[in-house]
Amino acid sequence: MHPQRRQRLWVVLSIVLFSSAAVGLAAYALRGNINLFYPPVEVAAGAAPVGTPIRVGGMIVDGSVQRAADSLEVRFAVTDYQATVDVVYEGILPDLFAEGEGIVASGRLSPEGVLVAEEVLAKHDENYMPPEVADALQQSADAGALP
Amino acid sequence: MIPELGHFALILALVMALGLTIIPLWGSFRGHYGAMRLAPSLAAGVVVFCSISFACLVVAFLQDDFSVRVVASNSNSLLPPIYKFSAVWGNHEGSLLLWVLILAFWIGAVATFSRGLPTIMLARVLAIMGAIAIGFLSFSLFTSNPFARLLPGVPADGNDLNPLLQDPGLIIHPPLLYMGYVGFSVAFAFAVAALLGGRLDAAWARWSRPWTNVAWAFLSVGIMLGSWWAYYELGWGGWWFWDPVENASFMPWLAGTALLHSLAVTEKRGLFKSWTVLLAIFAFSLSLLGTFLVRSGVLTSVHAFAADPARGLFVLVFLAIVVGGSLTLYAVRAPAVRSGIGFSLLSRETLLLINNVVFLVATLTVLFGTLFPLLMDSLGQGKYSVGPPYFNAVFVPLMALLVPFMGIGPISRWRDDSVNRWRSRLLVPGLVVVALAMILPWFSSQSFNIWVALAVLLSGWLLAGLWADFRDRSRNSPGLVRALRRQPASYWGMVLAHAGFAAVMLGVVATSQYSVERDLRMAPGESELLAGYRFEFVETRRLRGPNYLADGAYFAVYRGQKLVTHLLAEKRRYLASGSVMTEAAIDAGLFRDLYVAMGEPVGDQGAWAIRLHYKPMVRWMWLGALAMGLGGLTTALDRRYRRAARTPARADAHVAQA
Repeated sequence: MHPQRRQRLWVVLSIVLFSSAAVGLAAYALRGNINLFYPPVEVAAGAAPVGTPIRVGGMIVDGSVQRAADSLEVRFAVTDYQATVDVVYEGILPDLFAEGEGIVASGRLSPEGVLVAEEVLAKHDENYMPPEVADALQQSADAGALP
Repeated sequence: MIPELGHFALILALVMALGLTIIPLWGSFRGHYGAMRLAPSLAAGVVVFCSISFACLVVAFLQDDFSVRVVASNSNSLLPPIYKFSAVWGNHEGSLLLWVLILAFWIGAVATFSRGLPTIMLARVLAIMGAIAIGFLSFSLFTSNPFARLLPGVPADGNDLNPLLQDPGLIIHPPLLYMGYVGFSVAFAFAVAALLGGRLDAAWARWSRPWTNVAWAFLSVGIMLGSWWAYYELGWGGWWFWDPVENASFMPWLAGTALLHSLAVTEKRGLFKSWTVLLAIFAFSLSLLGTFLVRSGVLTSVHAFAADPARGLFVLVFLAIVVGGSLTLYAVRAPAVRSGIGFSLLSRETLLLINNVVFLVATLTVLFGTLFPLLMDSLGQGKYSVGPPYFNAVFVPLMALLVPFMGIGPISRWRDDSVNRWRSRLLVPGLVVVALAMILPWFSSQSFNIWVALAVLLSGWLLAGLWADFRDRSRNSPGLVRALRRQPASYWGMVLAHAGFAAVMLGVVATSQYSVERDLRMAPGESELLAGYRFEFVETRRLRGPNYLADGAYFAVYRGQKLVTHLLAEKRRYLASGSVMTEAAIDAGLFRDLYVAMGEPVGDQGAWAIRLHYKPMVRWMWLGALAMGLGGLTTALDRRYRRAARTPARADAHVAQA
């Protein structure tokens, strides 16, 4: 083969090899590491899978936050004003976590329908609402369920 | 009055930018030298009016002019003056104005330092940068005017700056990051100008290389500052989250790294020309994409300000014009500039090609992970999020794959090289590194860790390559000092950047593997043992700052019986906004950081939720990134770029006479 052509072949081959390795890695990594958002109404309706990583978001129900006395366990409920989901979390909550605020919790749903959260994200400035929560609330408003 | 002046200056800057785009470009196609020579003056006009406009906004902030909307919603009379200043870019409108100012700065820098370029090239480069300025100035003026007034109904006091942004890191992080982002517009402008002229040669690469290096250096340091800020300010102790907006700055950096190395091949060997042009377009497009992601609020992120759909649409259309336009131009013109010089499989060209492929693939996988949620959402498939495990799983192996080649890079020869030569230089240092990788991890306080051993191996391999290269270079020198002094700046830049990369790698792996963190409930008087350090919660304190009240948790840290340090973590409540903020207390060290942050009060006996961290070698990452940035700056100081600027000037004069 012409040396220049052979060289081009090598270049093309290595690019194909690298990119297929990358695509393979990406597909493999994506399989276990993406999670889907469910508004509380869908969780209550049983649409969310049990035991796989998901995210649930909404407003924290007033008066629902309960702290354990001797550990960092905290229980609270989130709502989209159509349904509520109980969340249990052990750890330090973000600064802007408060009753009546919007949050997104990621974790796994227990068979009893309680979200065991590994991470709780609150908004980070006064005017900001996580887009998922804003959407879920909008849907509730469309369904005529907002207070 | 002053805000109106600023607004007016911004409009004049837009007019100047229009002139800067149209007149020299027209001149360059009609061969009208008078029109082309207007470019530097028009560029100066853009710089002056952008600066006036920005200065006006700064004055509005410093004077607490709450009739201006952005001041009222992002500042407060109690805010310390330095934060009133940085509040200028702590919001969407102001940060956009900063963007425009920095673009103007780059335009001015090109106009000043590229006098040696052929008139036609300089005219085109400045015209293209002017076109980018038109885009951003109209974005600022038409969708997010920073000077909009709140009349009537001027509030008595402002809403305050988001407490997270009241921090020294945030004073310099955005300007440096933007210097990098926007700096790639220079490489882009050079690439497009070269495509317009159909002249892509070594001289073109030599002109655009120092600019690219400087932009890349700023971007490196900017990203590093962001990571450092997140570490001490967010109260998590994390330093990289694969947050969409972090990715937004990281993708141009990855593409820029590929571009740097590809430019080296184009300059030295006249190869990869079309590829280099494509990378320049790609790097700047990713900068614009980053702006879109940050400014449109489509993604959930720490950096997103409140969203406005019109803004997102504007950036998207602008992005489409820039990418579409430049790629069309590329498709039309690139085949004309193909090169036909060959190189063998074992050569520096091949190694740099591998660098390019790896960095490009890394960029694409990060891009994919970042855009995947947007893609699925727009297809109506639900709201997904892609977490750090995805990015780690694809990114880490790619970088590990890169390093073996990166180690050989410095000693390799252009055009043709041999395995025997590589073996003769790298075998002994390589064996030493393998031995070190087996031994060093035993010195940590924890058990032998295979990943740390691997990181030592890879970092050591990079240093071994640098060492072998230095020995080659100093072989014919009588003394070490003479050998050190004889090396050009671009060599030292490379050494700094590669050694910095080794340090980053080591720091990232060591801190990920060896960190110990614990969240627990602690009352004053209690203590906790963590990685050999005893953290004693001495007492809680009430503190008062200029614009906040705080609870403090005062800790004494002992190692054995010896007192190591005192730490005072704070939980602040800002008076104006009522928002609560965690201020972590950190004892920084080269080999370990001790980190205490407060959660919330637990129970009624004065106990708090407390987060304790032991983070070994976390500083190596930032120091390494700093070294990479310095390396980028150093290469740009190389003497040959100054010489290069003069040579084409003569060629140009020659053409003009003819």
